[in-house]
Amino acid sequence: MSEENKREPDEASAPSEPVAEAPSEAPSEAPSEPASEPAAEPAAESTAPTPAPAPEEAAAPPAPRRVETDEEKAARRKASLEAREAAKAAAAQAAAQAAQAGNEGRAAAKAPGGEGEGGEEEQPPKPPSHNQPRLDRVVALLRELIAEDAVEEAYINEPNDHLPTLVIKNEHWLKTAQLFRSHAELSCSYLRNISGVDYETHMEVVYYPLNMENHHCYCVKVRTDREQPSVSSVTPIWETANWNEREIYDLLGIDFPGHPDLRRIMMPDDWVGHPLRKDYVPLDPEV
Amino acid sequence: MIRTEELLLNVGPQHPSTHGVFRIVVKLDGEVITEATPVMGYLHRGTEKLAENLNFTQIIPYTDRMDYVSAMTNNYVLCHAVEKMMELEIPERAEFMRLIVMEMQRVASHLVWWGTYLLDIGAMSPFLYAFSDRERILSLFNELCGARLTYNYMRVGGVKWDAPEGWIAKVKVLVKDMYNRLDEYHNLVSGNEIFLSRIKGIGQYDAKTAIDYGLSGANLRSTGVKWDLRKDEPYSLYDRFQFDVPVGKNGDCFDRYECRMEEIVQSLRILEQALEQFPGEGDTMGKVPRVIRPPAGEIYVRIESPRGEIGCHIVSKGKAEPFRLKFRRPSFVNLQILPKLLVGESMTNLVTILGGIDIVLGEVDC
Repeated sequence: MSEENKREPDEASAPSEPVAEAPSEAPSEAPSEPASEPAAEPAAESTAPTPAPAPEEAAAPPAPRRVETDEEKAARRKASLEAREAAKAAAAQAAAQAAQAGNEGRAAAKAPGGEGEGGEEEQPPKPPSHNQPRLDRVVALLRELIAEDAVEEAYINEPNDHLPTLVIKNEHWLKTAQLFRSHAELSCSYLRNISGVDYETHMEVVYYPLNMENHHCYCVKVRTDREQPSVSSVTPIWETANWNEREIYDLLGIDFPGHPDLRRIMMPDDWVGHPLRKDYVPLDPEV
Repeated sequence: MIRTEELLLNVGPQHPSTHGVFRIVVKLDGEVITEATPVMGYLHRGTEKLAENLNFTQIIPYTDRMDYVSAMTNNYVLCHAVEKMMELEIPERAEFMRLIVMEMQRVASHLVWWGTYLLDIGAMSPFLYAFSDRERILSLFNELCGARLTYNYMRVGGVKWDAPEGWIAKVKVLVKDMYNRLDEYHNLVSGNEIFLSRIKGIGQYDAKTAIDYGLSGANLRSTGVKWDLRKDEPYSLYDRFQFDVPVGKNGDCFDRYECRMEEIVQSLRILEQALEQFPGEGDTMGKVPRVIRPPAGEIYVRIESPRGEIGCHIVSKGKAEPFRLKFRRPSFVNLQILPKLLVGESMTNLVTILGGIDIVLGEVDC
């Protein structure tokens, strides 16, 4: 990691803040985060470490948790929806910027060996990743065969073995998945993992298709709205998506239209709520 | 003409051959299965949710409890992911320790599988052989970190405990003995006609299906696909050692059996080399900040666990706790193919096929 840690590895008083990537001015730093994301992030920030209470709880009447009925939950959710709706546009934009900046920041942190002469925007020149041509090619393919605006973002995730990462527009996802599976240049026949992530401003489903012949792996993300989360199912394309999508539906509440059998898989069938959502309130918070 | 009617039969969740709390509802026409519906979640503890409130060192014991038959590889995948995010250097000795315990764990895990699989099929004594040998490995782990199953041994940046005096020598003896024991196992079981007729041609699928279902580990390799992350996407020190990746041909239970048995031999080969090259001295912990705080970003790492590709997807916001932690559990993914395999099979083959997939319920439900 950074030089500091090498110098004083076990100093009990070592302040924790500077230790974490002090040199890079990346917005990964907790203190610097609000600067880049004015509206929504502070609220989200405060809730992250605590388990359940959602940011809107303060605004809504403090409902008794244990005996909360579905109606109350719905009301609470509606209040949160209104509160969010206002911040949403700004937040989404900020998040996108943050993602971009974070990426650059990380890149900057890596290239000069953590010395930190590169500022936030002043990225020191570094050779492009060896996977950059591959990423560019995929982006070109998607632009040509799917739609001009199919790719929302495309970058190289450097710490993760220079993994080409793409963010695909939700409505183009099904066609894109088919392309990943069957296009001669990609032919990613193996889908190694699907994850769902609740980013509080939006939800994201992350796919890792892999071509076993040439070992080319990609990270493909699809973003979806948080109130009505929905991403096309890829079970017809990769059979392995079946249970993975069920799990994401169960734990995060993302709908997968086109899935043959979308039921809960981990939680009991009559469970209320989706536990992995950040605003999930456990039935019994004491446990 | 005998009158038959459809019978709905519930297997599990408390059934010894489901290897845990797995339940499967089968529709039977006579003895033939016409439909199978797996029901899971009895062991769901919400590890991923719990992890969001824990720092990374605190999560390590939770990974022990996912695949509790192979806790070392679970430890490794989490530590490896965090180390990669933080770009930490791991001392060579620590990495050797990790590799040695992971390969010992693979042997131990396959022994559990071998013993219980034969128990499922109806052979009692192999189980006793397998568990007595496995116990030797567990005792060595016990000596190393004070636990037989849930080790909590690895840390971000290295391992918690160095090998005690004479430990490496004991592992060397164990490896040597295991070769002989394996010969004995083969004598005891592998050529047995009844056993062969129970597993040959049962639960067969081809490579295309296996890839489509995302299978990994021996379940994938039994179809002839040479895919082992230790070779194909080397991590740790695996690129330093000579070993082969055993593959099958027919993708049936017999090939899976052969693959796993051969994998034990290959693990022993890796162990021999690793013990030979084990550095005499060095640190077991790298230079790690006091508070482990991976920079904001995202990572997916995967390693070859005894059951297949175990992956760890971390989304970090630069805090001490992960924003989102997702494990790709090989047992969960591999189990998906079960309903497909069971249709048209007789009821007696249910345990043969389920056992052949080699699941651990702690990992399926997570």
